[in-house]
Amino acid sequence: MSIKGKAYIAGAYEHPTRLAKDKSVAQLHAEAALGALADAGLTKDDVDGYFCAGDAPGLGPIAMVDYMGLTLKHYDSTDVGGCSYIAHVAHAAEAIAMGKCKVALITLAGRPRSEGHSGATPRMRGADAPDTQWEFPLGVATVNAYAMVAARHMYQFGTTAEQLAWVKVAASHHAQYNEHAMLRDVVTVEQVLASPLIATPLHRLDCCVVSDGGGALVVVAPEIARSLKRPLVKVLGAGESIKGQMGGNVDLTYSAGVRSGPAAFAEAGVKPSDIKYASIYDSFTITVVVQLEDIGFCEKGQGGKFVADGNLISGVGKLPWNTDGGGLCNNHPANRGGITKVIEAVRQLRGEAHPKVQVPNCNLALAHGTGGLLGSRHGAATLIMERE
Amino acid sequence: MAAKERAIPAPGVNPETAPFWEAAKQGKFLIKKCTACNKVHWYPRACCPFCMSATTEWVESRGTGKIYSVSVMKRAPEVYAIAYVTLDDGPTMMTNIVECDFDKVAIGDKVQITWRPTQGDGKEDAPPYPVFKPA
Repeated sequence: MSIKGKAYIAGAYEHPTRLAKDKSVAQLHAEAALGALADAGLTKDDVDGYFCAGDAPGLGPIAMVDYMGLTLKHYDSTDVGGCSYIAHVAHAAEAIAMGKCKVALITLAGRPRSEGHSGATPRMRGADAPDTQWEFPLGVATVNAYAMVAARHMYQFGTTAEQLAWVKVAASHHAQYNEHAMLRDVVTVEQVLASPLIATPLHRLDCCVVSDGGGALVVVAPEIARSLKRPLVKVLGAGESIKGQMGGNVDLTYSAGVRSGPAAFAEAGVKPSDIKYASIYDSFTITVVVQLEDIGFCEKGQGGKFVADGNLISGVGKLPWNTDGGGLCNNHPANRGGITKVIEAVRQLRGEAHPKVQVPNCNLALAHGTGGLLGSRHGAATLIMERE
Repeated sequence: MAAKERAIPAPGVNPETAPFWEAAKQGKFLIKKCTACNKVHWYPRACCPFCMSATTEWVESRGTGKIYSVSVMKRAPEVYAIAYVTLDDGPTMMTNIVECDFDKVAIGDKVQITWRPTQGDGKEDAPPYPVFKPA
């Protein structure tokens, strides 16, 4: 059994706000939901499945389902951090394939910018999590956990700060065309390297933005997709996995993407070189380099060389990537970049990306992300989509 | 080198891990060994992460090792180094590197265990925390 061709992404919406001091988190979820349903040409009464993760206020999906007044046959609140929503698309497709629901709504929203969050502050990820007493007291924030991955990648493979900087340069080239992006100025490798070191070897411009906002997706059964007026974006394949410290056999050079990526390609029946556009979660520049290797766009250790010289810039390089400006420049709502990855992939497949970054004849796209901390333990999710 | 060190908050001790923290108060650094598969692991668990046997025992580590990766946190009230150290006894553990030159601390450096007091939320008996310094 496979999800290939069993579901379509009919609605996608990125909330335009990046600073929402005057809105609640529940309100942002609902506004994102409304946007995605309107995009699909559906209403809340059509929704019979709801998916959310830990950014949704309240207990799992209960509070938001009640807030939005939904009547459901299916729910799922899988939380693997920032990539949850990529997994949700796959889980929604599974539910649709099994006949559990026909119109699945996925929402994300949060206001970390209004609340003054920073990726440099040590963050408690569950007081009773078994790892917390061994790590939280050490000052493991977000940025220094990823920085250890970068340090090891540089040591083991000779990856350079200049190569990492190219990821940010590519994102900035795309963000200049996105009127909603937080950072729209094109930056150079030199500017990235001249920005302050936050956690060695990562500079300020190696880090994603902190933004308020949200997004939503509507995944539907094939017969519903065909009844709507939107271009058909078909789910072709997906994969997911989790990787941690392996009992002390720590290896920071690879992620759970080594399992989620190949699983997604196998289900879709395509290979990395077939992909016309890739959304890859860019919490930090190093995140992209490791993921490109793990899901098969280049050999392990060659990610730095792969991203250099504009190879990720649409119209310039071989792999157009994060053409909305990504988390590095556009948006990182709720400190979780998964849903915006799917949204930009849908825009590309529909031909609705900004004309300056639209990939010609973009018929096959990938969205991939990790959630949690690449430097300790994380989930990964990969999704492959096709324009029919 | 005389810069103020970041204060370490007290760990949330639970029944599964209490023996580690009791030993820490005596300056002993314990790791867990599985009596079924004989492998040592980190962080310590009652059930072996390799074979899932529930028969694990505490053994004393030599407390020496090498830095596997390290990052110096610059954007903090007190600069500090977070690291993974591969113990000569086998497992790799997350820790801090202290008493080092933050501009020079590097992967491959030999280190040895040392301890730092923790801030115990007013509790008198907060255990010390295992960190590493250049060997």
